Amino acid sequence: MKNPIHPAAASSQAFQIAEIRPIERLFEDDEGRDRLEKALSRYPEKRAALLPMLGYAQERNGWVSDESMEQIAGALDLTPAYVRSVATFYTMYNKHPVGRHFIQVCTCISCHLHEADEVFERFLAETGTRAGEVSEDGKYTVIEAECLGACGFATAVQVNDRYFENVTPDQIPAILDELD
Amino acid sequence: MGYPYSHDLEVNTLLSRHFGDEKARTLEGWKELGGYATLPRALEMEPGAITEVVKESGLRGRGGAGFPTGVKWSFMPQEPTGPHYLCCNADESEPGAFKDREILRWVPHLLIEGCLIAARAIRAEHVYIYVRGEFFPFSRIVTDAVVEAYEAGYVGENILGSGWNCDVTVHIGAGAYIAGEETGLMSSLMGGRAEPWIKPPFPAQAGVFGRPTTVNNVETLAAVPMIVAEGADWYRQWGTEKSPGTKLWCCSGHLVRPGTYELPMGIALKDVIYDVCGGAPNGKKIKAVIPGGSSTAMLTADELDCEGTYEGMAEAGSALGTASPIVMDEDTNIVRAMRRIAQFYAHESCGQCVQCREGTSWTAQLLHRIERGEGSLSDIDTLYHLCEQMTGRTICPLADSVVFPLRSSLDKFRDEYEALIRC
Repeated sequence: MKNPIHPAAASSQAFQIAEIRPIERLFEDDEGRDRLEKALSRYPEKRAALLPMLGYAQERNGWVSDESMEQIAGALDLTPAYVRSVATFYTMYNKHPVGRHFIQVCTCISCHLHEADEVFERFLAETGTRAGEVSEDGKYTVIEAECLGACGFATAVQVNDRYFENVTPDQIPAILDELD
Repeated sequence: MGYPYSHDLEVNTLLSRHFGDEKARTLEGWKELGGYATLPRALEMEPGAITEVVKESGLRGRGGAGFPTGVKWSFMPQEPTGPHYLCCNADESEPGAFKDREILRWVPHLLIEGCLIAARAIRAEHVYIYVRGEFFPFSRIVTDAVVEAYEAGYVGENILGSGWNCDVTVHIGAGAYIAGEETGLMSSLMGGRAEPWIKPPFPAQAGVFGRPTTVNNVETLAAVPMIVAEGADWYRQWGTEKSPGTKLWCCSGHLVRPGTYELPMGIALKDVIYDVCGGAPNGKKIKAVIPGGSSTAMLTADELDCEGTYEGMAEAGSALGTASPIVMDEDTNIVRAMRRIAQFYAHESCGQCVQCREGTSWTAQLLHRIERGEGSLSDIDTLYHLCEQMTGRTICPLADSVVFPLRSSLDKFRDEYEALIRC
């Protein structure tokens, strides 16, 4: 189990990270039970722990599978269909496995006014992937993102839980090198 | 990343004074800088007295709507019959806005102190700081600060020996613009899809978990400690009668010096763009500015001499919004830029209301068609018709948000649309 976290932090753990620690049964070890218990302690209703637990599933496995959704539904007394309806509403829960480096290029208006489209194309070219697909070596997935909230630092790129800012197309090979 | 950027305008930086100072992030460093000095005073005040100071200061909601903060607090029941909640809206996701992230990343304890004082004023004993999911690096900074504050006794049980308990939980979202709308935020916080609900009931009557709730923006809450410490008159030395204080402006697009600047309310938009941000790079002329984040009406370069207040921007036919001007230079293809904005709203519509779900995606498709040179003049009429249908007919203002830039771009840059249609 990772270092115990403070209950106030149970609902704010980064869930898009490179170092996943796959687990089949989410709530059958100490870490999973601890995380669930701490999240539940912060809300008057069980259902409110749903987003934190979807996040936990992704933090461990890199994505949220149907099996994870069923286990979360069981833990929170919800139906799997309800959990799915929520998981699919939010773009950041991966419904399929993604590359270890999940690269999101902001192409929304302020980045678009700079070189976002070129940055996006260059990432696809350098990783040899099409949008959303996992590269053959499992390292990369590149997608376009709607506003990442870094408009003054266009083009903004998010790789897992990191931001790269003021990115220009010619910096991309160096960024990919740094990721490895 | 030098913050705040220097500029020639005379202004005391209040919120942004310690941006860029690593020391401000830790509890110890923050206390050395004078942090957590106001909380003990607020704990000695009656909740109603805190609300009164904020009301007198004229502080208005910095999330875009500009509703007077103290008035909002006064809607909360005076005699609690059960839990009250404070939600800090850190779901900053309006294209163009990137001001709250600077508060989250540089002065997290300022935000926490503001949350606690506000919670005290509205008689809440739990604060949820809802941070957009993408902001991992910043939610981590805030989370670390909250844990530190717990350990030092500023948060939790019997705060500073006052007998008052207040918890703070950082709760992260997962990629939904609409979670920034206050009822959408509460839906999301309760473990649901971030779908807004029809008001009434208003949050102060039945908000999160069915209990009286106040939702305030990060920048609003961060301004609270200094107002309570220094008083309403002190805060009113900046800004105008109706829009007092300072405002974080976050400027992006074609600018020499884009970034976040704290400026007094009332500064002219043209001064922000030309003097503070240096105008467009490479000596180019500015064609258009979307002044308050992507959901506000476009202004042409000739319309920038307007007062940067809630009233002034409304008078100019747009809105102050989050004070997030997106600047477009003379080479910008307005149709393409507008298509990119419409695409955002089409992606982010929650899908509850037909006018929004269908309207935003049809808008994006029509604009794409015109951009590709396959449009017809009747498409412009259809876009105007969509503007009619998307205005004021939905649960929340997301559909209206695309109408403001769209209608203004059609009105002011019709020639650009027609040129693409005819060529």
